[in-house]
Amino acid sequence: MTTESVLHLLGLIVVTTPAVLLTALGLPFLMGVQLSETAQARLTKACVATGLLAAVAILGLMLLTGSRNVPIELGNWVSIEHEHEHFHFHLKFVFDRLSVPFVILSFVLCGTVGAFATVYLHREKGYGRFFLLYALFLLGMVVSSLAGTIETLFFGWELVGLSSALLVAYFHERPGPVRNGHRVWTTYRVADAAFLIAALTLHHLTGAGDFSGLMGSGAWPDGVAAIGSWQALAVGSLLLLAAAGKSGMVPFSGWLPRAMEGPTPSSAVFYGALSIHLGTYLLLRVSPLLDVSLPLRLAVIALGLVSAIFGTLASRVQSDVKNALAFASLAQVGIITIEIGLGLRYIALIHMIGHACLRTLQLLRAPSVLRDHQMLEDAVGQHLTGDEVNPPQPATNFQLWLYRLALQRGNLDAFLDDWIVYPFVKTFQLFDSLERRWTDLLSGGASRESDMLSPYSDTLEDMS
Amino acid sequence: MPELHLPWLELSVLLPVLGAIWVSMLKDRERARIHSIVICILTQICATGEWLDFASLGTFEAHDHWDVFQLILHRDVFVIDELSAPLLPLGALLYLTTVLTTLRTKINRFSFGWTLFSESILLATLACRHPWLIILLLTVAIIPPFIELRKRNQNTRVFSLHMGLFVLLLVSGQLLVSADASPTNPSIIAGCLLTAGALIRSGICPLHCWMTDLFEKATLGTALLFVTPMTGAYAVIRLVFPIAPTWALQSIAILSLITAVYAAGMALVQRDSRRFFCYLFLSHSSLVLVGLEMAKPIGLAGALCVWLSVGISILGFGLALRSVEARTGRLTLANFHGLYEHTPFLAGMFLLTGLAAIGFPGTIGFIGMELLVEGAVEVYPMIGMAVVVAAMLNGIAVVKAYFHIFTGTRHTASISLRCRPAERITILIMVVLIIGGGIVPQPGVESRYHAARGLLEHREIHGERTNHTQASETDDVSKDQ
Repeated sequence: MTTESVLHLLGLIVVTTPAVLLTALGLPFLMGVQLSETAQARLTKACVATGLLAAVAILGLMLLTGSRNVPIELGNWVSIEHEHEHFHFHLKFVFDRLSVPFVILSFVLCGTVGAFATVYLHREKGYGRFFLLYALFLLGMVVSSLAGTIETLFFGWELVGLSSALLVAYFHERPGPVRNGHRVWTTYRVADAAFLIAALTLHHLTGAGDFSGLMGSGAWPDGVAAIGSWQALAVGSLLLLAAAGKSGMVPFSGWLPRAMEGPTPSSAVFYGALSIHLGTYLLLRVSPLLDVSLPLRLAVIALGLVSAIFGTLASRVQSDVKNALAFASLAQVGIITIEIGLGLRYIALIHMIGHACLRTLQLLRAPSVLRDHQMLEDAVGQHLTGDEVNPPQPATNFQLWLYRLALQRGNLDAFLDDWIVYPFVKTFQLFDSLERRWTDLLSGGASRESDMLSPYSDTLEDMS
Repeated sequence: MPELHLPWLELSVLLPVLGAIWVSMLKDRERARIHSIVICILTQICATGEWLDFASLGTFEAHDHWDVFQLILHRDVFVIDELSAPLLPLGALLYLTTVLTTLRTKINRFSFGWTLFSESILLATLACRHPWLIILLLTVAIIPPFIELRKRNQNTRVFSLHMGLFVLLLVSGQLLVSADASPTNPSIIAGCLLTAGALIRSGICPLHCWMTDLFEKATLGTALLFVTPMTGAYAVIRLVFPIAPTWALQSIAILSLITAVYAAGMALVQRDSRRFFCYLFLSHSSLVLVGLEMAKPIGLAGALCVWLSVGISILGFGLALRSVEARTGRLTLANFHGLYEHTPFLAGMFLLTGLAAIGFPGTIGFIGMELLVEGAVEVYPMIGMAVVVAAMLNGIAVVKAYFHIFTGTRHTASISLRCRPAERITILIMVVLIIGGGIVPQPGVESRYHAARGLLEHREIHGERTNHTQASETDDVSKDQ
């Protein structure tokens, strides 16, 4: 057995284990069979451990052989070949200096959180639903991390988006989490649209969505973009928009505190650690584009800077721990983005891995820290708040303004609501009322029966 | 013309007609339901057999073995080609699953006789290529929903006006089509009339209000069965596509695109679940039309893929909604209904089919949407962007509806609202089709691309032949002179 074939086999194991987990959890759900908590936990543990071991083995082999780039070709998922028409959906995964650390990180953090969640969500009604969405998320993360073509990356990107939004709405008997889940999904869809348009533009510029075609023949991070400066700016701007949406950067930061409505394990791994870094991972993957376009590089730095400052300010005034951690994550993501813009790719990668691990542990520990704090207060018999070493100082007007701005999270949500959501909704509501008038006119009277019906007026229960 | 091994087409059309007569004579509604299910299963077997048989022939078109109509009329009445071959089993599936998921509590208001009759008309339409016969069958297909509206004492003006105009335009357009009409020698006025007629049937904005009106007033099952087979798109491809010049087709594509984006936006602001579904369907069917009118192989192949994927996924989505409505009555999307715990399978199906319709990765619609967008960008880059915008809005609307129906404070029910076995079977069929088609898309894409090339070649050959005939006629005239 050659080294290449071993690497190929290991690569397949890495990619297929999350898919196997998803199938193993999803099929019984569809067949109406309820798996026990233990069975689900064991399946999750086995699949994550197998995937992680295979990924570590690949890293070991790459270090031993000195190989920097191991492509795993699975052929064309779909292919149309005719004289002048070509359409390929190429399934290719790449193990390189960027993807291997990121996929190992994904397995480690997902494994940690999976183990935590089996205890944390014990006897929860949505236990099975959580692990099903967890498997979907893991598959999305692995596919996104290892994607060798932009279409494959988009595939994983969408899976991550859907699972994240549904997990935000995990406690779905309350309207709050559900509304927040919908908000997260909406933001993701905008980011996804930008991503898809970027992928299409890329196809037209290079004739294929293969990253090696886009970034030249060099392995990451030494690739050289094969497109011109203005083309790089166009594609890069769209990808930057997509990354901003996924990583919750300004102006899309509003979804971050909303995402904290999900259960602690999902908050920890999805929005605090992995999901939020997917945008910066994308920027790292396409970083050779930044080398050929100075305006794009400046835009990346500017976005990172604004997000970092905003994240720092907002995290300092949040009144609950999860939100404070969410905005602290944003500050770090902003700094990582600046590093990418400055061309410090390895530093950005190391920063990302370190930050993801730290934040996961912080978020997992946060609920018990609060509990410990309460226990201490009970033991002492008084509140432990108050800083006697640094007593409060009178604030200036600017500081007060800054405080209010940070407390209101920069009014970003309100800004998006006022300038995008409400005009859109109002416009279509106007069309709707015009349609009502038109059908009323044609009918010679009221034409909408649905306005007069109350829900549950004709139910099975009434008939039983 | 190559022959199928058995008379699949005639059987597919005759079985439901005979079944309709038989079922309408039954007084026991429960027996009528069971007999209808059996007839629909047999029809499904015939339609699927036709598809498999046709696929084994490896030809562009074929007709029945023992073709009775050919013996009597001396012409091929029922002919299938690569475009229509998979549409017949899809149409049969639509009826089978609808009848299968009709709960006992609803059998008194759902007419099985008329349903089987309309199935027969639909399958005949899809197996037919002669323009006048298509127009006749499309006209007859209007009767069952019209009768239902009358029976329910509903105002039929909006439906009748639009459908009357649709028939009038098709008939007058077809009357004006000259014998030598082709893409290079188009009959402009006839083409415009036919296009307008087909677009009304497809619900192109601003002449789409009959569709929302039908969803308001008819039973959800009947409305689903009338609109989801997308016979308007079929009329476009059979009546307009062979004679319309490329610029005219691309103009229709732009109109369809406007409808797709408009309907997606409208789906987002609807408060009634049926109206929401109607706009969602309209947006998707318009996207199919966008691709059909591209007149480029990739875009056309994408449209044909989306036609099948949207047919399956929107059907599943509609059935999931119908099953929920059968338990709760009509649903408003203004508040949350909390039905997840009662019907987790329906919730799963609702989400899965909705996501498949928007072309979510891993589902049957993904590659079709990619092809469609790719083909659209090839013609006009901005059209490709607008298709992405429509898909984005539809995606938001689907998840919003899911949240409103299945989440929120748990609905308290005094009886079990869980899935019935027939519903579960339907869900599993849908899941297999959606996920299976998503994981193994190559055969479907290949077949649709082949069909697209065939359609375009026929269009070109038709044009060249017409030119050739005209040239020889001109030569003859000049020789005579």
